[in-house]
Amino acid sequence: MTTDTLEPVVNLGDVWQKVRRRAWITVLAPLAVVAYLVYTWFAFDVSDLLSRAQPERAAILATDSVAYKVHVTKDFRRGEMEVAIEGERTATYDNAELPDWVTLDGKNAFVDLGDGYTVEIKGNTAYFDVPGYGMIETTATKKGVETILPEGEVPDWLKDDPRKLDARPSLDKRLQVTKTKIEIHNYFGGWENFWFPFRSPLHGQSFSQLYALALSADRLDPDYSNLWFIVHEFLGNPDWQHGDVFVALFETIMMAVLGTLTAALFGLPLAFLAARNFTPSQVLRFGTRRLFDFLRGIDMLIWSLIFIRAFGLGPLTGALAIAFTDTGSLGKLFSEALENIDNRQVEGVKATGASQIQRYRFGVIPQILPVFVSQVLYYLESNTRSATVIGALGAGGIGLLLVETMKTSRDWENTSYIIILTIVVVIAMDQTSGWLRRKLIEGRKSG
Amino acid sequence: MAVAALEQEILSLRKHRQLYSMIGLLLLVAVLVSGYSKANEMNSGGFLQGLSKFFDYPGEIVVEAWQAGPAFFALVVHFAPAMLETLNIAGVATLLGGAIAVVLAMASTRNVDSWGPLIPVVRRMMDIMRAFPELIVALFLIFVLGSSPVPAMIAVAFHTAGALGKLFSEVNENIDRRPIEGLSACGASWLQRIRFAVMPQVAPNYLSYFLLRLEINVRASAILGFVGAGGIGQELRRTIGWGKGAGDETAAIFVLLFLTIMAIDQLSSYLRGRLVGSGRAH
Repeated sequence: MTTDTLEPVVNLGDVWQKVRRRAWITVLAPLAVVAYLVYTWFAFDVSDLLSRAQPERAAILATDSVAYKVHVTKDFRRGEMEVAIEGERTATYDNAELPDWVTLDGKNAFVDLGDGYTVEIKGNTAYFDVPGYGMIETTATKKGVETILPEGEVPDWLKDDPRKLDARPSLDKRLQVTKTKIEIHNYFGGWENFWFPFRSPLHGQSFSQLYALALSADRLDPDYSNLWFIVHEFLGNPDWQHGDVFVALFETIMMAVLGTLTAALFGLPLAFLAARNFTPSQVLRFGTRRLFDFLRGIDMLIWSLIFIRAFGLGPLTGALAIAFTDTGSLGKLFSEALENIDNRQVEGVKATGASQIQRYRFGVIPQILPVFVSQVLYYLESNTRSATVIGALGAGGIGLLLVETMKTSRDWENTSYIIILTIVVVIAMDQTSGWLRRKLIEGRKSG
Repeated sequence: MAVAALEQEILSLRKHRQLYSMIGLLLLVAVLVSGYSKANEMNSGGFLQGLSKFFDYPGEIVVEAWQAGPAFFALVVHFAPAMLETLNIAGVATLLGGAIAVVLAMASTRNVDSWGPLIPVVRRMMDIMRAFPELIVALFLIFVLGSSPVPAMIAVAFHTAGALGKLFSEVNENIDRRPIEGLSACGASWLQRIRFAVMPQVAPNYLSYFLLRLEINVRASAILGFVGAGGIGQELRRTIGWGKGAGDETAAIFVLLFLTIMAIDQLSSYLRGRLVGSGRAH
């Protein structure tokens, strides 16, 4: 007897088998993931890492990147008192124009750190008055430092060593004494001397003053017009090095743009060679595809190292490294797009008696253009990020600048300035390419 | 008469288009030419001098590798644990980043009934996560945590979460809403709807993107090693720092890196083909 029904015959055993398999997968897959994570926990030695971590560094970095400190230094060798922003020689206050929280009196000084914290320097001795703790008295001697602390337990923020005293009762106040100098740090919010250097005649002027100055005919510097002088002073700021930072950013963008465009220009013709429907020769096709794999497989890391050796530091190196890797990636993507085109359009063009080139131009290119444009723009976006990393490997640009400022780890506000600019540039590139993509592709669809 | 006017208009439109294409092409050529000449100027070594030296370095390490003879293969094996570490960085970063991305995607697509006010917030968050270059996060964490694979892992995971989150939410936008409606008619909670109506539809595409990301992350982890995050990149930095004489070791690392990247690429493209293939069959 035949069962004549539209319903498929369901075997209960089969169903159960499938259900059980599914059940096993839902149990085993998460277990495998957890096992892998446990394994890597030990492989990366996370517990040891956590014990060695220095979260206070993050706190210092965070404070320092939004604040600056003014050093009050008494150097025993030179016997001088100095008040300087970040201890920079280029940003030292004249002793006649000290900030009002410092009072100098010959060899002695009185520093009011605010909130009741005061430091008095008399000869080689510093008296640090800490509210809620008491008076710390430290004397620098020939051998080191001698400290008299108030009675009771020594708090965490105080490091009393025969060679050095380091007291930091709050993040924004610090006293350090060694046998050669007494140094007081007072922290203030903001980025100091961001627009113009300390010594510049423009320092401390408001925007409206600058605007008036730019328009006025009295030249501050007889060689330049005022506007040019302002720009020049801004870019040449020795603490912030705006000029260098902008050049580095420009280099990074240049690497990304040149690299991606070059990759697209070489990738497209090569993609025709790798596509089944355009290149009948299997050898040629195989060769081109392996070339793509090779270029991609070598990876940007190795390419940049090779190019740095050959061409030295600079945007050319980065651009070529990006171009080589992405010729492979884009070529592969384009050849896949070419293999998926609709042949009817090509045949239609052919039927009108079009030559080979005309067939490509009017039958093929319009079909892959959206893929081409959108992929190139995607790569441009991601290459802006890659270019920062390649820069850090030594190709130059903003990446290298970032690594260098981080290594000196002195002025974190410079680092955060560079980080902010980098992210702004990456986001800007991202938005531009997104906007272009919408404009070019959707414009085509509707038009 | 009307036809003639129409033809006239088509002709003028075509002329416009040709003009725009020409301008576009010229602009492109101008950017390339001026860019390369400027880049050449800014570079510390010029293009032409460099070209003659281009094969020197690869040649040097190939020769040294050749001289090492069979010991070269021992070197490749010697660096395998470092490569494994790089793979682990990429693996964990992709897993964690992927997991976060799923949460972000589910919270940022109208099509899967995400909570309205949250959608734009999560979307901007993903944009920012995507925009953060891995290098910056990695360098910051290396400073705080010390040189170890974990900073690189976190950096890559952070970026991955943003990048995959965006792709996942695009997948979510294209799903069939009928299963969700069916389930909500039975009184299913939001989590149950996600689990039984959304996940089965999106899983193949998610996995495919996940594998693609793994490929990218292996490369990224190798590079981050070079700035002090451990793995094969750090070994490479060491051997390159030794300069002449360590060419065989550098070559061994290059070969290992190349082979691994190729293997991961091939494997992932095979798996993706199967996943999306099976996705299409349904």
